[in-house]
Amino acid sequence: MKQGHHPVKKYGMVIDLDKCTGCGACMVACMSENNVPFREDESNKQDSITWMKVYKLTNGKTYPDTEICYLPRPCQHCEGHDGHPPCVSVCPATATDYDKETGIVSQIYTRCFGCRYCMAACPYHARYFNWWDPIWPDGMEKYLNPNVSPRMRGVVEKCNLCFHRYQQARDKAIFEGRSEVAEEEYQTACAQACPAGAITFGDLNNPSHAVHQIVLPDNKHSGRPKNPHAFRLLEKLGTNPKIYYLSSREWVRRAGDNYLTGESGSSKTTSHG
Amino acid sequence: MKIDRRSFMALMVGGAAGTALSPLPWKLTDDLSIWTQTWPWTPVPGQGSVSTVNSVSTLCPGGCGISVRKVGQRAVKIDGMKGYPGSDGGVCNLCQAGLQMLYGPTRVKMPLKRTGKRGQGKWQAISWDAAIAEVGGQLNRLRSEGQPHKMACINGSDQGTVPQLFQRFLKTFGSPNFFCTPSMGDSYQLTLKMMHGVSARVGFDIENADFVLSFGSGIIDGWGSSARMFKAKSHLKDKKGTLVQIEPRLSNTAAKADQWIPVKPGTESMLALGLAGVIINESLYNKKFVTKYSSGFDQFSQFVTTNFKIGNVARQTGVEKSKITALARKFARAQKPLALCGKGKGTTPGSMGEFFATHALNALVGNINRDGGVWALPESEYIKWPGPEIDEIASKGLKHDRIDGAGTRQYPHARYLLDRLPGVLNSGKDTILEVLFVADADPYYTLPSSRKVKEAFDKIPLIVSFSPWMNETAANADIILPDHSHLERYLDVPMPPGAQKPMIGLSRPVIAPQFDTRHVGDALILLANAVGGPVADGFPWNDYQACLKETMADKWNTLIEKGFWYEAGFTPPAWQHAFKTDSKKFEFVSDKINLKSIFAKITPEGDEKTFPLSLIPYDSIRLASGAIGDPPFVIKTVSDTILKGLDILVEINPETAKTLGLSEGKYAMLSTPEGQVKVKIHLFDGIMPDLIAMPRGLGHTAYDSYLANKGVNINALIGPVEDPVSGMNAAWGIRANLVKA
Repeated sequence: MKQGHHPVKKYGMVIDLDKCTGCGACMVACMSENNVPFREDESNKQDSITWMKVYKLTNGKTYPDTEICYLPRPCQHCEGHDGHPPCVSVCPATATDYDKETGIVSQIYTRCFGCRYCMAACPYHARYFNWWDPIWPDGMEKYLNPNVSPRMRGVVEKCNLCFHRYQQARDKAIFEGRSEVAEEEYQTACAQACPAGAITFGDLNNPSHAVHQIVLPDNKHSGRPKNPHAFRLLEKLGTNPKIYYLSSREWVRRAGDNYLTGESGSSKTTSHG
Repeated sequence: MKIDRRSFMALMVGGAAGTALSPLPWKLTDDLSIWTQTWPWTPVPGQGSVSTVNSVSTLCPGGCGISVRKVGQRAVKIDGMKGYPGSDGGVCNLCQAGLQMLYGPTRVKMPLKRTGKRGQGKWQAISWDAAIAEVGGQLNRLRSEGQPHKMACINGSDQGTVPQLFQRFLKTFGSPNFFCTPSMGDSYQLTLKMMHGVSARVGFDIENADFVLSFGSGIIDGWGSSARMFKAKSHLKDKKGTLVQIEPRLSNTAAKADQWIPVKPGTESMLALGLAGVIINESLYNKKFVTKYSSGFDQFSQFVTTNFKIGNVARQTGVEKSKITALARKFARAQKPLALCGKGKGTTPGSMGEFFATHALNALVGNINRDGGVWALPESEYIKWPGPEIDEIASKGLKHDRIDGAGTRQYPHARYLLDRLPGVLNSGKDTILEVLFVADADPYYTLPSSRKVKEAFDKIPLIVSFSPWMNETAANADIILPDHSHLERYLDVPMPPGAQKPMIGLSRPVIAPQFDTRHVGDALILLANAVGGPVADGFPWNDYQACLKETMADKWNTLIEKGFWYEAGFTPPAWQHAFKTDSKKFEFVSDKINLKSIFAKITPEGDEKTFPLSLIPYDSIRLASGAIGDPPFVIKTVSDTILKGLDILVEINPETAKTLGLSEGKYAMLSTPEGQVKVKIHLFDGIMPDLIAMPRGLGHTAYDSYLANKGVNINALIGPVEDPVSGMNAAWGIRANLVKA
């Protein structure tokens, strides 16, 4: 087999908040695809395991100038500086690791012993702990996806960009004598499920992929998006995440990070007000 | 050997440091995490060969095409089916969680007969033969007593083979009392009947519209076929179209609209007429349509411009004059304007005033049966069974008036008035109904005035539910003849609400039926045979499958291959052929249309002194509020500003809260003329002052602990208000009070 340099992939997504309806289909699809457990009372949102979670933002204005916007938040798959996301840096068991080939931050349940240091480190609250053993009501265990291990209590879990789908797509490509996985062959459950077409998933490093063309990530500046409507959550922390968001509304873009009063929203010298 | 303290410390620290630097602790943690994760009660899903089955999901009326992934004989994932007309790969969140309904413990696994009191939950499993014999026996008794009209059926639809089989059963049996659960479809149907003179279904060519004026329609809150509407909204955004949303609360649709126009609840038709007035006064209407293809325009204009002057409209609706004028101009001048109504998900009929005014707006801009406009589609005609033989008993029974009064002199226009049924049953001294069949519906939960519904239905001696799941109606039934789940059987799925081209989907079995359930069509055939005589003769098929294949005839092969039949080339009739009124034109007025009655204001129940506020329902896509309740995945997505523990939170404007001394998260007593409940408060700036908003879909008592006893069923707090023209439920809310608890 020819050993050539193959381009490194950076799987990520861009979520168009102008299209997101807040329906939660992405949440349901993720839970269904990944055997995520559910309990009788899921109203304590700190404990509720939602790899993909839809947040509700508001512009803080009173009636009738109120505006709201929904924001789906999967794991952000932070790259940090050259492959050092905050959660990976603190894991004592290497149960989570940054894969330089795909950019995906993995979670290996059988290595995790549940210290939850990664949960403390994650600024996006994207990691969830199994405080209890999952219970599938009588009969429901039949729908479990064999491609994803069901977890038990004591381990942390999070979105892994449906890595099992990448593995299957890669195996299929190799079987067919190809080395590359096509854009439509590997799509996350949430991107596939979104009925409004708000989630675009693909390889940020591949100029032919839609996510690259929309975001125009600047790898020389920690992946900052060149698209003026695109933004990342908590950009200032320097986590260099791979989940981008689009919004035509400035208050939504500003809601993605923390600003001092009067601080301008963009890093450019001129602001458009 | 004596070890002094210093050496001991050195030894301990050295030992600890050395151990930490060695692989030992790290290896041990790794091993420990593996040793402690091999407990046997964590399921290991089995492997198997992977296959895909395409079907149509019928959990909600959207009827989206789905692609179900199977591993061996287990269904493991529901995805959208690309290429399915309308939904095209999209699926709503409820249907995505369908596997939880398929495999979950709320399934009724065999025929059940009630042993304890109604609703007590005590059941005895019986065989299908025994169940059919018992129900058949009661039905025969009814006919032999010459009382076949005392049987009724409530179904979720009146289109498609199964609803039509129910209608056929009632006809041969001798009862006129078939009910379809109420929805905006009823009002649209009546609007088209009156203004076009046709028996038609409404379709919206929203994908081609560039200016959508929505009077509270939850385009991304579940209105119409939700997956299709979501796509249409995204498409509208991509081509820089405009959506203007008119409603008192900032729904998700309003939040995504280009303009949200808050309006006092119940005044939407007034605003529509105010807009019409501007369009008429400024001559912005489509001259060709109005002059050549419409009748009664002068009378209509006179009525509107006299009674709905812009100043008066502004005062009553709370929308400024300048906004009304600007909106009317923008709407009329758009290339492809489209006005929509049917509040929220469109699950209540609403007032004829709303629908008339909205349709009049569409007529004024001339978008009827045009690209991007509202279309009148012919009713599906693929079911062509030979007219059944009606015997003497049935004939006598059919001569009785419908018990809901629909079609009588008092309510000449409506086809079904299910919301009236509880009132009728409660007012009668004798038993008005002896037998009630319920399929694909949950009237105990969805009908307004739940207390009166229970009281009324308790009077019916025999209630038979065909529900695959233990919903509220099944829980209160006497006999349950469980249907297969939506993924275990064949079913034709006629056009979903708002579809603009004729289509039929084919729902097919993804897995074999798991339990002792029978297709509702088969159950009906068995029941017909149990009754015998002309009822049995009216059901000549061996089983439902034979009936379905025969009915679909030359479409069957296409349905099996593609999963749907779609008339892609359909175009609605041109104006010269579209109207079958007496004038052969679109009628703004007619002897059937009394403008004063139609546009009379709908007053909610309750006096203003005792109930100074108003309670309005709102629809959330995350709260299924129809015949099916939220499965665990979906209720999990409900925000803690709506449901906290078992408490529902109602929304009020912070200003209103301040006046009432209510604060975020605290308890309050919510009372309406229908009842009183304890709720929690959520402050929301996106709602008009003096309004209380509560979501539909909570307050279930059946299903299981993942859904039951959470929150409040708003249908228990609001009663129906009869529309003066149709008699259908036009309540947009009810007067209410909210006090600190």
